[in-house]
Amino acid sequence: MLKKLRPGWGLLPVAVFLALWELVARFNLVPGELSFPPFSVVVIEFYHLAANGVLGDNFLASLTRVLIGFVTGSLAGIAVGIAMGWRENFNKALHPIISLFYPIPALGWLPLLMLWIGINELLPIAIIFICSFFPVLYNTVTGIRNVDKDYIRVARTLGASDFKILTTVAIPLALPNIFTGLRLEAGMAWRVIIAAEMVAIPTGIGALMMRAESLIRIDIIIVCLIVLAVMCLAFERFFQYMEARVTTRWR
Amino acid sequence: MPSIELKNICQYICRDVNLKIRDRELLVLLGPNGAGKTTIANIIAGLTDYEGSVLFNGAPVDKLPAHKREVGYLFQDLVLFPHLDVAANIAYGLRAKKQPPDQTEAKIKKLLQMMKIEHLSSRYPKHLSGGEKQRVALARALAPSPRVLLLDEPLSSLDVPTTKYLRTELRQLQQRLGITTIYVTHDLQEAEEMADRIAVLQDGQLEQVGKPEEVFFYPQNERVSDFIGAPNILDCDYCRSLGRGVMEVGCGGLTIIVPHIGNLAKRIAIFPHDIHISETKPVGPAVNRFKGTITSVSPTQEAVRIGLKAGTKELTARIPHHTFEDMNLVAGKKVFVILKLRRIRVYEDKERRP
Repeated sequence: MLKKLRPGWGLLPVAVFLALWELVARFNLVPGELSFPPFSVVVIEFYHLAANGVLGDNFLASLTRVLIGFVTGSLAGIAVGIAMGWRENFNKALHPIISLFYPIPALGWLPLLMLWIGINELLPIAIIFICSFFPVLYNTVTGIRNVDKDYIRVARTLGASDFKILTTVAIPLALPNIFTGLRLEAGMAWRVIIAAEMVAIPTGIGALMMRAESLIRIDIIIVCLIVLAVMCLAFERFFQYMEARVTTRWR
Repeated sequence: MPSIELKNICQYICRDVNLKIRDRELLVLLGPNGAGKTTIANIIAGLTDYEGSVLFNGAPVDKLPAHKREVGYLFQDLVLFPHLDVAANIAYGLRAKKQPPDQTEAKIKKLLQMMKIEHLSSRYPKHLSGGEKQRVALARALAPSPRVLLLDEPLSSLDVPTTKYLRTELRQLQQRLGITTIYVTHDLQEAEEMADRIAVLQDGQLEQVGKPEEVFFYPQNERVSDFIGAPNILDCDYCRSLGRGVMEVGCGGLTIIVPHIGNLAKRIAIFPHDIHISETKPVGPAVNRFKGTITSVSPTQEAVRIGLKAGTKELTARIPHHTFEDMNLVAGKKVFVILKLRRIRVYEDKERRP
């Protein structure tokens, strides 16, 4: 039923939500002494922050860290994942180690990395690298190993070498799994970078939030949260779109 | 096209298999599920480890890995690459061998024409019907000009009319290309229609190799005849020679005349389709003609199976649908049962009965 509605209608609940927010704040319907800025104030603050460059600078700082960490971490994860998925020896050698590291949350590495790397630009990038590496690796290994062995056998009888089979059969068929890993981690990278910046880094959206907290600027905190939500969503949707583009023809 | 020879092939399931497949021949590897048919195909393709030797044209290929054996292999599930369209599926083997692109294109076009699937060339496998997939898979297997073609139950996933049609087509194609082919199946009718020769495989052992009529009418042992037609097997109470190439055996109150093979007939076998049923007393001599009662009537896809009781023996007959429709056969009805003398097989020993 919903699909028959025109696309604009999907925004209706959002509009209702924002209107309610505005009303509740304007008529002071919040219990107790809570300071709760109306939506319009948040929008105006967003404009101020954007105009004076504070939001842009911090956003760019966070974005750069996420992009560098995520791209390098994912590429490394895909590369090691392919090696582990394709060669049983690699898998046997690395699987126990990976299994031990995989459950550690990315932020769990923060204290250790602060001591080893120090508080500098490399720290958040390293955190995002770790945050992306393991899950992407895991999904890649699963994807490659789950490729039906008959595809590999038939390719072999058709005269394809091992390497050829890997690049023309195994990796393409593992793509859906690899994309699942990328999509999940693209959003996760943003959640982790905000947390890292709140704890350890003096710049970025997370750090901006912490400063706003100390100044009791709830409107700025909400602006940061909105930026975070939009970025998580945008990154995830990008990979969803890419996955669909690459695989819908045949899946 | 080479001849293929298997010498003392042993593997988990296969026990000392020796088999020669002649140049340009279509050999059907026939046997029940789990007999090791696919394993033998895999051994020839080099997809599994084995002991013994596989020879193409007299030269051993055991050291050659699968991708260098030049074997076209049509898998039971066809296994088309889902991420490639039809043309790219067919081209796979040619591109893997780095054929020049213009030659590849020309070859694809030729195969698409030959298999009558030109209109499908840019479709993905998920949009193909079973029969179409079958043609694409065959075209893909043939594209790299293999020396040998292995077909592993290629029609098992298709509906009956498509199967019949494709079977004829496949046979014609094989003869036209003159490609040495091994065709794996458990379907007797398919085997009979396709084969130059049939090799019957059971429990990893070759039981009999021969022309279809040899295997079907003169199964070498009971294991073969059991599989070939689940024939009626009757234990003999006595036997005596009548001279002139026939003898008389007694089986549960029935006196049956059979071809003479020696004086030690222990049991006889007759295929269900070699038992005739008549509602009225047939004219002619009363040789191998008995009064019987129908105990069951069960139609199958190809024919109708009739359970009979004659003397103390239970028999199964198989009659074509059109014959069945002309008669009024119901359980309990008394009929005349005629066993065709020359189709009765006589066994002297029972040692190989499973």
